[in-house]
Amino acid sequence: MANKAAAERSRYAYAPPPDLANAAIRRVPVVIVGAGPVGLTAAAEFAVLGHHTLLLDEDDTVSVGSRAICWSKRTLEIFDRIGVAERMVAKGVVWSRGRLFHRDREVYSFDLLPEPGHRRPAFINLQQYYVEQYLVDRVAELGRTEIRWRNRVTGIEVLAGGDARLTVETPDGVYRIDAGYVLAADGVRSPIRRLMGLDFTGKVFEDRFLIADVVMKADFPSERWFWFEPPFHSGQSVLLHRQPDDVFRIDFQLAPEADPEVERRPENVIPRLRQMLGPAAEFELEWVSVYSFTCRRMQRFRHGPVCFVGDSAHVVSPFGARGGNGGIQDVDALCWKLALVLDGAALPGLLDSYDAERIPAADENLLNSTRATDFMTPKTEVSVDFREAALQLAATLPFARRLVNSGRLSLPHVYRATPLTTPDRDVWDAGPEPGAPAVDAPVATAAGRGWLLSCLGGRFVLLQFADTPRDSVAGLVPTVEVVTVARDGEPGPGRLIDPDGTAFRRWGADAGSAYLMRPDQHVAARWHAVTPAEVTAALDRAVGRAGVWAAA
Amino acid sequence: MANLTTEPNLTDADGFYERLISAHAGLDAAASRRLNARLILLLANHIGDAAVLDEALRIARSE
Repeated sequence: MANKAAAERSRYAYAPPPDLANAAIRRVPVVIVGAGPVGLTAAAEFAVLGHHTLLLDEDDTVSVGSRAICWSKRTLEIFDRIGVAERMVAKGVVWSRGRLFHRDREVYSFDLLPEPGHRRPAFINLQQYYVEQYLVDRVAELGRTEIRWRNRVTGIEVLAGGDARLTVETPDGVYRIDAGYVLAADGVRSPIRRLMGLDFTGKVFEDRFLIADVVMKADFPSERWFWFEPPFHSGQSVLLHRQPDDVFRIDFQLAPEADPEVERRPENVIPRLRQMLGPAAEFELEWVSVYSFTCRRMQRFRHGPVCFVGDSAHVVSPFGARGGNGGIQDVDALCWKLALVLDGAALPGLLDSYDAERIPAADENLLNSTRATDFMTPKTEVSVDFREAALQLAATLPFARRLVNSGRLSLPHVYRATPLTTPDRDVWDAGPEPGAPAVDAPVATAAGRGWLLSCLGGRFVLLQFADTPRDSVAGLVPTVEVVTVARDGEPGPGRLIDPDGTAFRRWGADAGSAYLMRPDQHVAARWHAVTPAEVTAALDRAVGRAGVWAAA
Repeated sequence: MANLTTEPNLTDADGFYERLISAHAGLDAAASRRLNARLILLLANHIGDAAVLDEALRIARSE
């Protein structure tokens, strides 16, 4: 089988680490284990926040096969903060429309981003190997990260002082290194999780999917196409996504009795594809894999100095793009907190909020994923009947489209349960609630046309909506940077103009409204009118200084 | 919070019952099950309120 992408995959040079020659064990503040999308994003976030990290990866190359391909708007917004989204979007296939077929007819289609005025689209499709390659390049540009390829962690021990001591195997021997904190981004089979003897429980479904990357010239539009019981794949479900380089990703549901080892052989995959694509289609099979539907998570994601992020902490069935995107959001919620702790600006207790925020997020992803799996693979006669009923009604009645579940696509979690947010005191008709991520809008900046989201993130910001200085609390809160949005006037440093009122409307703001935004662009607190004392109190709460952690 | 109406509420109970049975005339068991499924989804959407639907599920399940 021609494996063009695999042959062209980037390889990275291994160099013998200096630690091999040292008698003494060196200590570093942060070690990240695993240079997949999640670990690399963490390294880039730390670099942007001014922190050095050591990134260990057991391999020396990017992923084989497309694997995670759908990157959500929220992930792209996070990639913007580390300066890599532009390259991803330029290469990726932008899409927002999904089409749903039942047997031989289209049931309905949906648009995930029906309104303009957002910098980033609902989704791009981009093979995981490109995402990793671009992140590696970006991490190198940013500096502050030392990536060590072919460095495999084979031991971990939590020392009495609280550090973690890692044993690392290289082609030239073994060394040990101490870390103040370890981010375990080492994947679903996480060696660190196993070495620490930690649980990973949940539900493993019998259902399997065969996934194939197929190279072909075809005029499928840039849309997500999902079939229930298509004529070309009897009784099962199929998903089609377009990726860059004329690579199509096709996921075939396998019958429960199918043997995955037999099914993945090219002589069995190609006839399936032939049936789907027609006798005239010219295609080449680039990569095939088989996976089981699995919904599992660790009971807690933080264990002393070790924080589990991404698939090592939780794994969901596909079809919601919740694996890769969920992992990116894990590190986005964690890195700023860890950076504040390393800076001495917050107590280590702030890190407890990682579990408080990301466990409910994982549970939300698991719930959505489990429900989609149950709809896609009905187990009982009655669940087959109801699915059939929903699909039939959906063709003509919009209400039934809400019941049809071919995967609920990843949306960022709203941190409602976190002690870091200040509950609303005022009544709001619109706008991101406390714990929700920022909403984008086009604005005029001192540098020209820009985006509201580009002015937030990386530090706490008081985002105030103020047409005149009278509405403003600027200058009265010395501990937080202020960004002002006004409906008219000239833009300037820290002053954005919202000429058509889109930002005011999306944020539910009146003149005088203000939002305290976290470094990860989530809302910490909001008010229609605010005093400097209230801002300070909300800020203390958001960094765990207000004593909210003492009881925990 | 809305409650499930369990007091008599049908404007023509006997007529509805007759039409419900008639709707299944000539259908085999599988087609009948699917008709029922469509009917449940239509009526559930009309009710909308999750608390009312949960109460209906609970009562139906307990019979």
